[in-house]
Amino acid sequence: MPSQDEIALMGHLMRRAGFGAPQEELQTRAAKGYDATVEELLHPEELPPIDENEFYRYFPGYEGALGPPINQADWVYRMINTKRPLEEKIALFWHQLFATGNSKVDNPPELTQQIKMFRKYGLGSFKELLVELAKNPAMIYWLDNNGNHNGAINENWGRELMELFALGVGNYSEDDIKEASRAFTGWTIAPKIPRNPLGRFYWNFEYKAEDHDDGEKTFLGHTGNFNGEDIIDILAGQPASPRFLARHLYNFFVADEAQVPAWNITPPRDPEAIQTLVDAYNDSKGDIRSILRVLFKSDFFKNARFEHVKSPAELVVGTVRIAGNYNGPRPGLTALAMECNWQGQELLNPPSVESWHTGSEWIDGGALVRRVNFAAGVLGDTSLPGVRSVVEGLRSKGSLAPADFVTQCLEALGPLEVSESTHSELLDQAQEDGNLNWGTDEERTSSEKRVGIMLALIAASRDYQFA
Amino acid sequence: MASTKKDPVVVILQLTGANDILNTIIPYTSGEYRDNRPKVNIPQDQVLPIDDQLAFNPNMGPLKKMYDDGKMAIIHGIGFENSPRSHFRAMDIWHTCEPDIVGTEGWVAKVTRDLDPAGENVLKTVNFGQGLPRALALRGVPITSVSNLENYGVLSTVPGIDPQQDRTKILERFARMYAPAIGTGATMDYLGQTGRDALKGADILKVAPEKYTSTIEYAETPIAKYLRDVARVYLADLGTQVFYTSHGPFDTHFNQPPMHQKLWTDVSNAVSDFFDDLKEHDAGENLIMVMFTEFGRRVKDNGTGTDHGAAGGAFVIGNNVKGGMYGTYPSLKAEDLNQGDLDPNYDFRGFYSTVIEKWLGLDAVPIVGGTFEQMAFV
Repeated sequence: MPSQDEIALMGHLMRRAGFGAPQEELQTRAAKGYDATVEELLHPEELPPIDENEFYRYFPGYEGALGPPINQADWVYRMINTKRPLEEKIALFWHQLFATGNSKVDNPPELTQQIKMFRKYGLGSFKELLVELAKNPAMIYWLDNNGNHNGAINENWGRELMELFALGVGNYSEDDIKEASRAFTGWTIAPKIPRNPLGRFYWNFEYKAEDHDDGEKTFLGHTGNFNGEDIIDILAGQPASPRFLARHLYNFFVADEAQVPAWNITPPRDPEAIQTLVDAYNDSKGDIRSILRVLFKSDFFKNARFEHVKSPAELVVGTVRIAGNYNGPRPGLTALAMECNWQGQELLNPPSVESWHTGSEWIDGGALVRRVNFAAGVLGDTSLPGVRSVVEGLRSKGSLAPADFVTQCLEALGPLEVSESTHSELLDQAQEDGNLNWGTDEERTSSEKRVGIMLALIAASRDYQFA
Repeated sequence: MASTKKDPVVVILQLTGANDILNTIIPYTSGEYRDNRPKVNIPQDQVLPIDDQLAFNPNMGPLKKMYDDGKMAIIHGIGFENSPRSHFRAMDIWHTCEPDIVGTEGWVAKVTRDLDPAGENVLKTVNFGQGLPRALALRGVPITSVSNLENYGVLSTVPGIDPQQDRTKILERFARMYAPAIGTGATMDYLGQTGRDALKGADILKVAPEKYTSTIEYAETPIAKYLRDVARVYLADLGTQVFYTSHGPFDTHFNQPPMHQKLWTDVSNAVSDFFDDLKEHDAGENLIMVMFTEFGRRVKDNGTGTDHGAAGGAFVIGNNVKGGMYGTYPSLKAEDLNQGDLDPNYDFRGFYSTVIEKWLGLDAVPIVGGTFEQMAFV
């Protein structure tokens, strides 16, 4: 039997490397061991993918569908049901970093293709990922590289590649932007294939040699007849690049940092941790899997419990994974996706290329009410399978004193650590009706209701907002 | 500034999806209109004429009546340069007043901040709908967003929490769980403040349905339901100065005639019931309603519907509105079109500025990001 500490640590790993897990899964994983679980997470290719045949059999309209909610729902389904949690989590990481929005692309299936690309390349080499990103049609359209021509450059992609995706402000000049943009001329979208009569075709990348500026360029101190790949090579070799990426990884996986625009003036909250990640980048030539291995096994990660405000996707998917009410194809997926939207994270449509602000900036009055009502509404519903198994788990323990009742409920939801004030309120609630008993039918009914209210109250707490 | 004693109130109704202005305020005698709209047109004998050129859509009878009573202003040719024809982008521009860069700060939220700089009334601006439109988003400005006035509030929809038996006690627990505590950190403090604000808002809002009675029977449509909610909160005198809600989808690419007919029937009836309701309560002198849409639709129809266009139209309604038509209806002549679309000739930020300065009495320049031509509808 793994210890409670081991289970708590596993809960932390699964919330960060995935979208959380119910108690039984945490026990199984903890028994298998922390390091072994990290390895399993880092190698999604060794686990079965989502059964798309099954999914599309239930939702035949989903494949390639045009509507934003359907494409969001498709992703939310995968986040809930994947056997490869880190594959979806790293896709969400890249989506938040390389923010591409339907507001302009106006083509959700193309954004879904981009997410698919993140699944495929997201744990590999950073450099290769940037090349794939540069060739991704949704990104090309989003940042106007289809309007970046030999002799008439459009700097949008060149600028954001450096400012927001790979280096951060202050690490390049305006000339570097122009030279990089020249190198990416000719990287465009192939002529689109009309829909009729054969159905929908995805956009394709096309390299147009005749529209490429093959002249000499000087970029970040290097000179040559650079093409796009050369630019990315040089970028990935800049000292600013691992540092920038490390800070993003830290903010997403470890603990909330200041918002990106403040990075120039606000030092990292844990400079040593950033250095550790930078070293891991340099040792592995920018292999994301190797960097994450170091991250998940580090003490700074293991100690950063509940130092991260859940994004709406983390809150919605994490809650549903505990409640178990969307295991397998179920109706209502678009409502779940919309719930993320209403809480302030419209998947596939970040507010701008600067992406969502994270941490406490996920919270405003409307969002908090929705977060509380959603989580409490789901976890307070004792008819849902995951909540039922929490009830059954408590029942199997026989008569429970109020303090144990609270402890068991907190363990079932995380395990969640709560502040003193939250805990005393929960305890007060538990003490109102004394021990939790299961002897008679009446006791069972009343105890079940008490568990539902207790779980709802925990889900409504400030503490539940953190992962 | 309006010559009313009470604080001015504005109700913003967003017509989501790009309303076809050509079939809303119809250039019914124009040859170009008939030529470009062989399928998706309104026959001349059905329109509700305003003059010998323009007419209301036949499903807008109740609005036509308000127009005839001098209580409705029609703003022609509204939009912005380089109209993007993407719903999302265009709506962002309307929401943030940032046509060139992607903005994230909402203009209504800025208005709210200026109306209530200390953030004392969490109901200063109330949104009815699911989620918060970007127009209402701004860090540090509390805005209440209500999807259902009947059960609005924290922990209102938990299956095991009985509204009568348990809820009051549970809400007290919630309040104590969100009470200020020393040494828990900035994020916990912020969450606490936000939670307490939400409780406060819900608590005050609760009185609105309780106080309200009316003989007006609103239709069973989403827009009627939300406008009834607006009326109930407005009539409860809770200090709300901005109401926001939306209706749609007006995105009529396909099978437009029956869709568009139902949309305008529902909106016209709901708006007319809303103003009748205010009249019954002898209220509404300090209130105007503005309607906007992200852009208009293509001049030429596509066989059954219409695609994305450029210039749209806006409306303002209220007892203290100077009714009539403002601006110039864009030309339908082929050489005057912008990529096949009506060319906008009036910047939407001028429209906002008029509402912000002449109605709400605030400085519009910092909110809309510049000085734009205002109109005289208020």
